[in-house]
Amino acid sequence: MITKRMLLWLVFVLVLVALPPLATVLGQTYYIDLVRRMLILSLAAISLNLILGYGGLVSFGHAAYLGIGAYSVGIMSFYGVASGWLQWPLAIGASALVALAIGAVSIRTSGVYFIMITLAFTQMLYYLGISLAEFGGDDGMRLKARSQFTGLVDLRDPVAFYYLALALMLFSVFLVYRIVNSRFGMVLRAAKSNDARTRAIGFSPYPYRLAAFVIAGAMCGLAGALYANHTNYITPGLMSWQQSGDLMFMVILGGMASTAGPVLGTFVLLLVEEVLKGWTEYWQAVLGPLLVLSVIFFKRGLAGMFYKPDA
Amino acid sequence: MTWGLVFEQLLNGLQYGVMLFLMAAGLTLVLGIMNMVNLAHGSLYMVGAYLAVALTGWTGNYFAGVALALLCTLLVGMAIEVVALRTLYNRDHLDQVLATFGLILFFNELVSMIWGRGAQYASLPVWLQGHIDLFTGSRYPVYRVTILVVGLLVAILLWYVVTRTRLGMLVRAGASNRTMVGALGVNIKLLYTVVFGVGAALAGLAGLMAGPIYAVQPGMGELILIQVFVVIVIGGIGSVRGALVGAIIVGVVDTLGRAFLKPLLGSVISPPAAEAAGPALASMLIYLLMALVLAVRPAGLFPARG
Repeated sequence: MITKRMLLWLVFVLVLVALPPLATVLGQTYYIDLVRRMLILSLAAISLNLILGYGGLVSFGHAAYLGIGAYSVGIMSFYGVASGWLQWPLAIGASALVALAIGAVSIRTSGVYFIMITLAFTQMLYYLGISLAEFGGDDGMRLKARSQFTGLVDLRDPVAFYYLALALMLFSVFLVYRIVNSRFGMVLRAAKSNDARTRAIGFSPYPYRLAAFVIAGAMCGLAGALYANHTNYITPGLMSWQQSGDLMFMVILGGMASTAGPVLGTFVLLLVEEVLKGWTEYWQAVLGPLLVLSVIFFKRGLAGMFYKPDA
Repeated sequence: MTWGLVFEQLLNGLQYGVMLFLMAAGLTLVLGIMNMVNLAHGSLYMVGAYLAVALTGWTGNYFAGVALALLCTLLVGMAIEVVALRTLYNRDHLDQVLATFGLILFFNELVSMIWGRGAQYASLPVWLQGHIDLFTGSRYPVYRVTILVVGLLVAILLWYVVTRTRLGMLVRAGASNRTMVGALGVNIKLLYTVVFGVGAALAGLAGLMAGPIYAVQPGMGELILIQVFVVIVIGGIGSVRGALVGAIIVGVVDTLGRAFLKPLLGSVISPPAAEAAGPALASMLIYLLMALVLAVRPAGLFPARG
């Protein structure tokens, strides 16, 4: 049976697939770049939604994994390893390891303490990035060449890169959808809605939360590897707390704990940013109050306008 | 490395510590009593610094400028509370973080629109520009001593108000059980606005005192804000005493780490390696400290709630 929600997804995907040829014909190749950035950051937002939306873990440091993924690619490229088959798994693995370390300590705390400790760990990584003089320090480093996937896809071709980003984004939507509807996801969501009852029926939330935290970190590491290739440039700013805040916003704006929410939120936030930037130099003076208003009045997010959120 | 230098850096650390305390005192009360995560506290620090520069220039008198800036920051703080934050008290921390994150963007851009993106120069009156001789033989800026003294005076005043007055009693009661305080017939809304306004004025005081030492520029508040959160978490949320102890610890550890970690490491590992690792480790030191404190005492050193 085709539901309204599936129909909306179908239209959305069709538009995204049709965009590169259309933009090329119209001579507006800039939009391929813009939407590719949206797709990559959507991937990061989707990963955050897994722990924030479904797991109830308010991580204020998710940008850390974006940075680790990007730096993994950059540092390997710096030492002459150009193969994406090596770079990207390393980016994912490194992010997962760091997420395991951060999560193992942080998830023992809760509430404000959890927010602050995840923020603190990401600040540590941010300052580590700044002090890496060999890899550009504060100014960041240029990626020598985009990751090479010989035989599969050539990332120097903007359209091919676009479709790879689209495919990975859609795959991650599917992955998170499967995770949260599995037994594992049920426990994760149960622990969010009532910790005590979850314990009472015999589940210890800690390992489930930690596993979700690591999966989200690994996915965001992949987004970081993509992002490094997208901008060809890696800066510590990727790990700044503003970036973490932006990611959180994408999830909330779109609608927490919904399949389409993070994607919708990312697209809308970046579009609004783009429009405001074209309009005034002081675009953040307009964006800031918009964010405040959306938090106060828009509790269920954009996805809530189309259909009821999953959880 | 001489003991004179260590003493001087220790004074710098204390001076930075009392400034962190001025920020932390307001923030910890807002967090403790209203259960509200307010990222925009750093914006009030910035607003205080900018207003002091502008109003000192306008009035031509340092004291008048400072007094007016404090008053205006207090009013700005109360206005923020009434307009935006009041609706957020009953929301979860996530909404509060995001809404106040939006406020930061707004205030940073507002300040850039009015004063430009470059750094402002905050001048000092002549009598604050000199140096005093320390017993170690080195000279120390009068201004930094002034900050230290003002900060300690404010700490004593706060201690008096919080522990010896009726208002302070309500504040402490609010931090341990706000529902009960409301049930006993206290106008908790008014208490919130007053506490928030005083916290804002303290943040403004920290900002305007920081102006002549650090750069007065958009975004100056965020750098200190994150350190202030570290202070609060170490000290224990809602505890003014914890904020003071935490602030002094963080101020001293951060300052001494930046000054001496590199030479200390250099005597253990090779100098080039210390050159690279020293500054990185120094910036991370307070976050490591916080992780350590949370691991041993998850509610901070002086938890306010029983």
